[in-house]
Amino acid sequence: MPILQPIGRTFLRFLEATGHLSLFAATAVGHCVRPPIYPRLIGRQMIAIGYYSLPVVGLTAIFTGMVLALQSYTGFARFSAESAIPNVVVISITRELGPVLAGLMVAGRVGAAIAAEIGTMRVTEQIDALDTLATNPFKYLIAPRLIAGLTMMPILVLIADIIGVFGGYVVSIYKLGFNPYVYLKHTIDFVEVQDVVSGLVKAGVFGFLVTLMGCYHGYNSKGGAEGVGAATTNAVVSASILILCFNYFITEMFFAR
Amino acid sequence: MSAPAPKIRIRGLHKSFKKNVVLDGLDLDVGVGESVVVIGGSGSGKSVLLKCILGLLRPESGSIEVDGQEVVGLAGRERDRVLRKFGMLFQSAALFDSLPVWENVAFGLIQGARKDRDQAKEIALDKMAAVGLGPEVGELSPAELSGGMRKRVGLARAIATAPEIIFFDEPTTGLDPIMGDVINDLIIKCVRELGATALSITHDMTSARKIADRIAMLYDGKIIWAGPVAEIDSSGNAYVEQFIHGRAEGPIEMQVRAI
Ligand SMILES: Nc1ncnc2c1ncn2[C@@H]1O[C@H](COP(=O)(O)OP(=O)(O)O)[C@@H](O)[C@H]1O
Ligand SMILES: [Mg+2]
Repeated sequence: MPILQPIGRTFLRFLEATGHLSLFAATAVGHCVRPPIYPRLIGRQMIAIGYYSLPVVGLTAIFTGMVLALQSYTGFARFSAESAIPNVVVISITRELGPVLAGLMVAGRVGAAIAAEIGTMRVTEQIDALDTLATNPFKYLIAPRLIAGLTMMPILVLIADIIGVFGGYVVSIYKLGFNPYVYLKHTIDFVEVQDVVSGLVKAGVFGFLVTLMGCYHGYNSKGGAEGVGAATTNAVVSASILILCFNYFITEMFFAR
Repeated sequence: MSAPAPKIRIRGLHKSFKKNVVLDGLDLDVGVGESVVVIGGSGSGKSVLLKCILGLLRPESGSIEVDGQEVVGLAGRERDRVLRKFGMLFQSAALFDSLPVWENVAFGLIQGARKDRDQAKEIALDKMAAVGLGPEVGELSPAELSGGMRKRVGLARAIATAPEIIFFDEPTTGLDPIMGDVINDLIIKCVRELGATALSITHDMTSARKIADRIAMLYDGKIIWAGPVAEIDSSGNAYVEQFIHGRAEGPIEMQVRAI
C-alpha cells in the first residue's frame, strides 16, 4: 500500500519528535530545580522576557479591550443587552484574550529571540565551549529562560488584564456613554477569582511553552545561518500552536464540570 | 612497568554520522608533557576526534583513557571533574558574544573554579597580558575583535584555569603568516610555562613542525603514521609525503568531478 507508507512514516517521525522534546523538557526542568542556579542570569532573563515585553503586551491588551467593547455594543444592541458589556469585556479578557494574545505576542518576540540566540551559540560552537568549561548549558542557558518565562508571563498577563479592562472602560465611557461608576461596579461584581486565576495559570503554562520551544529549537539547530533561521521559525510556529492547543485543555480543566 | 602511562590513550575509536564513517578504529597515545600534532585534510575528522575526547560527541565504540580513567560515557559531576583538566581553543575561537572579553577569559575561573569576580578578573587580565592583549581589550565585546585577537582571547581562555591538557583546533587557520607565527610562539610559551600536555590539530605544516614534539597523520579514519617531528621528512609513507608537500597527485584522491 504505497499511500499508507508516508502516513506511517510521518506518524513515526511525529512520535520520535515528541519523545525527543519530552526528554529535553524533563532534563531542562530537572536542571531548574537542582543547584547550582544562577540568580544573576535569571534576573537578566526576567528583564528581557518580562519588562521588555510590556509595551507590546500592553498595546495588544488596550486595543483588544477597546474593540471588544465596541463590537459587543453593536452586537448586544440588537437585543437590548448593552448593559452586559462590562461583563463580556472582563470575562473575555481575563479568561481568554489576555493570556492567549499575550502568549502569541511573547512567542513572536521572546521565542524567536531565544531560538536565534541559542541557535547561534550552537552553530558557532559556543555551547561546546560552555560545556568544556565545565558549565552545563542546560543550567546556564536554558533553566534561567524557562524560570523567567514561567514566572514573568503571569505578571505580564495580570497587567494585560488591567490594561484590557481599562481599554473597554475608556471606550464604554467616552464613546458609548456608560456611567463610569456603574461600569466599574458591574465589572468588579461580575468577575470571579476563578476567571483571573485560570488566566494566570494559562499564562504560566504559555510562558513555559514559549521559552521551552525557543530553547529546544535553538539548542538543536544545525548548519549555519540557515539552520538558525529555521530554528527561529519553528520555535514561533510550534509555540503558537501549542498555546492554542493547551488553551483549550486548560479551559476544559477549569470550566467543564 | 616500562614506559610511563600516557596522559591520553585512545584505542579503536569509531565514530560515524549516519552512513558517513569519520573515525574508523583510531589509536593514539599522548604522553605526559608531550605536544602531539595531528595533521590531516579538511573534513578528515580532526575536530571530531577532539570532540570525542571532550565528550561533546559520543563514539560508537572504542576507549579513551585520560590519566588511566575511561572517559567515554562519563556524565555529571564525574565528567566535570575530568573536564577541569582540559583547556580548549576552538577553531572559530567560540567566544561568548554576550560577555565582554575579560569575562570570556575568566569564565572557567568564575563558573568552574568558583572564584570571586574581582579575583577572576585579575587572573584574566594577567593571562591576557601573557598573550599580548592589554587591559583595555578586556572591556571590548568579542564582536569588536579581529581574527588574530579572537584567537588570542580564545588562547587566554584555554589557559586561564592552568589546565593539565590543552587542545588546539587549527590555531593558525585563517590568519596571516605573521600572526600565525605569533600564535605558534604563544602556544609553545603557554604550554611550556604550564608544563601542560598539548594535542593540536592542523593542516598547516609550518605550524605543525613548530609546535610538535610528535606528529600523527589522520587519514581515512585512522592514524596512518606517527613519529617524532624530525622524522616527518623521511617517513617513507606516500600519504604523508603527499600531504607535507601539498601535491594534488598521489594516493590521497580528492573527489573532484570533471567540469
Ligand atoms: N555534528 C556533526 N553531524 C554530522 N556530521 C558531522 C558533524 N561533525 C562533523 N561531521 C562530519 O564529520 C566529518 C569530519 O569533520 P571534522 O572533524 O570537522 O573535519 P576536520 O578534520 O576538518 O576538522 C565531515 O565529513 C563532517 O561532515
Ligand atoms: Mg575542524
